[in-house]
Amino acid sequence: MRGGRLTIGLAILFLPAVFGGGRASDSYPQLVVIAVLVFAGFVSWLVTRWRIEGDDLHIETGLLRRRSVRFPLSQVQAIDVVRPGLARMFRVAELRLRTAGSSGAAARLAYLPEHEVEPLRDRLLALARTARSGEPEQGEERPAAEERVLARVPTGRLVFAIATSGTGAVAELILVGFVIGYVVSPAAAAGILSGGAVWILGAGTAVWRRFNQLYRQTVSEGPDGLHLHGGLVALTTEVIRPGRVQAVRIVEPFVWRPLGWCRVEIDLAGRQRRKGEGRAERGQLRTLLPVGDLELAYELVDRLVPERPHELQPAPRRAAWKSPLRYGKLGWGRTESCVATRSGRLGRVTSWVPLEKAQSLRWVQGPVQRRLRLASVHVDTAGRSVHATLRDRDAGEATRTLAELATLARAARLSRR
Amino acid sequence: MSHVETEEWRRPSPRLLRLRRLEVAAPAVLAVVALAVAGGVTGTAAAYGAAAAAALAAAGLSPFVARRYRSWGYAEREDDLLVRRGVMFSRLSVVPYGRMQFIDVTAGPLERMLGLATVRLHTAAAATDARIPGLEREEAERLRDRLAELGEAQAAGL
Repeated sequence: MRGGRLTIGLAILFLPAVFGGGRASDSYPQLVVIAVLVFAGFVSWLVTRWRIEGDDLHIETGLLRRRSVRFPLSQVQAIDVVRPGLARMFRVAELRLRTAGSSGAAARLAYLPEHEVEPLRDRLLALARTARSGEPEQGEERPAAEERVLARVPTGRLVFAIATSGTGAVAELILVGFVIGYVVSPAAAAGILSGGAVWILGAGTAVWRRFNQLYRQTVSEGPDGLHLHGGLVALTTEVIRPGRVQAVRIVEPFVWRPLGWCRVEIDLAGRQRRKGEGRAERGQLRTLLPVGDLELAYELVDRLVPERPHELQPAPRRAAWKSPLRYGKLGWGRTESCVATRSGRLGRVTSWVPLEKAQSLRWVQGPVQRRLRLASVHVDTAGRSVHATLRDRDAGEATRTLAELATLARAARLSRR
Repeated sequence: MSHVETEEWRRPSPRLLRLRRLEVAAPAVLAVVALAVAGGVTGTAAAYGAAAAAALAAAGLSPFVARRYRSWGYAEREDDLLVRRGVMFSRLSVVPYGRMQFIDVTAGPLERMLGLATVRLHTAAAATDARIPGLEREEAERLRDRLAELGEAQAAGL
């Protein structure tokens, strides 16, 4: 039995509310609430215990109503280290165990001393590996912290990238609109400000969140997969096992194409929605590389989907009638274990899906496609937003491809088991 | 119509066609009656015209309903289930048994009246779109049990 030091930071979390609710006269009720919450957080920290028992992590919590949670370590997809801003001041950190499934049922070991976090994570990961493979870990100690940095994003580039991205552009438009409004008539601008405060705040937070998350992000290669470190206020360390990746894509936005830049995004299993993430970000992926050269991007893709197809076949010429903007980019390719597709109207998006991750396949033909003897094949994955779509292929080819991919996906599934 | 040969396609019950026709006819009859009554009360020719138009529209829809019914099909293969459907947008889904997470059998009030049920398969991918409407109750139950059994035998997780 090991005494856990959980949730000290629950109390810490509520500190900003003090500064938030700082209107002198009516802040008493708030202060009382905060005091109660701080006390409750402290009590919850006092009564929470965790221990490792066999292949399970047990967490027991609750003062009046005891709650005991059991997490099978074999189900753990990844363990992240998160250090929120205030927790950093107190030199504590949080471990988040991600399990598969989107219900967000993740175990949090909140607020352990900083120096204990890394060894504990390594231990839990080793146990999880053992539990998965069913046999005890080999005696040899893995060399710790042997990481090779693959990519690092300069801050200037990140700022440029966010400024030219969709959310950035919206925020800038709002800002410019406001400035113009202010120059033309200050009175009207005040009205706009009060009316559009929600929008301004929303755009501002979206930009800030991206910056905060991606600031100084580095991608390095560790023994168990790719490691992501980064963050401005809250530092996070995330480990991405290759088996967790449902799909990878390289996005080349229109504005960046002359510069030869792109970003790499991955769709993961069991990516838990963060507490602060609103609706806007629910559909978002993990950005592996916010901005970088194509060469570097392909190198990262190679680590995640080792056997990726290198040549893509273009769509038949008549597809140009159906998708004039996309036509030049359409293409797909496959190897025994991976499908790649490319599309995009103005920008260009190339996606890779490992066939063992394919959940289902769909053949779809719309009325225009029927006229042109075209059809699309979709490869559905459990990820959120990256789906490989073989768009506007010859109808006969699409039918053959569907059968072929079904067979290959089956083989890929079986070989993994 | 069938995209993959050598398959033995099964069809939903013919009662599904009756259900679909009912779904078109019931509102049409209501509209026609309401418009005709309105025409009788106010004595305007326009209301009678509208009633006739509603009746014609419903009759005109009938062949489309029949074609849509005929496009439905499913085939149980060794490792996966095929579902095809759609006239304007024709689709064919391949769902491996090992990927199925759970199977729903639902029956709405009209379906229950006709002894029908809808079977829907769920995988971890939200985009998977495999449902088979209008199965006779026993067939729906047989399919559900069979799929559950096969799914368990071949389960592959994420």
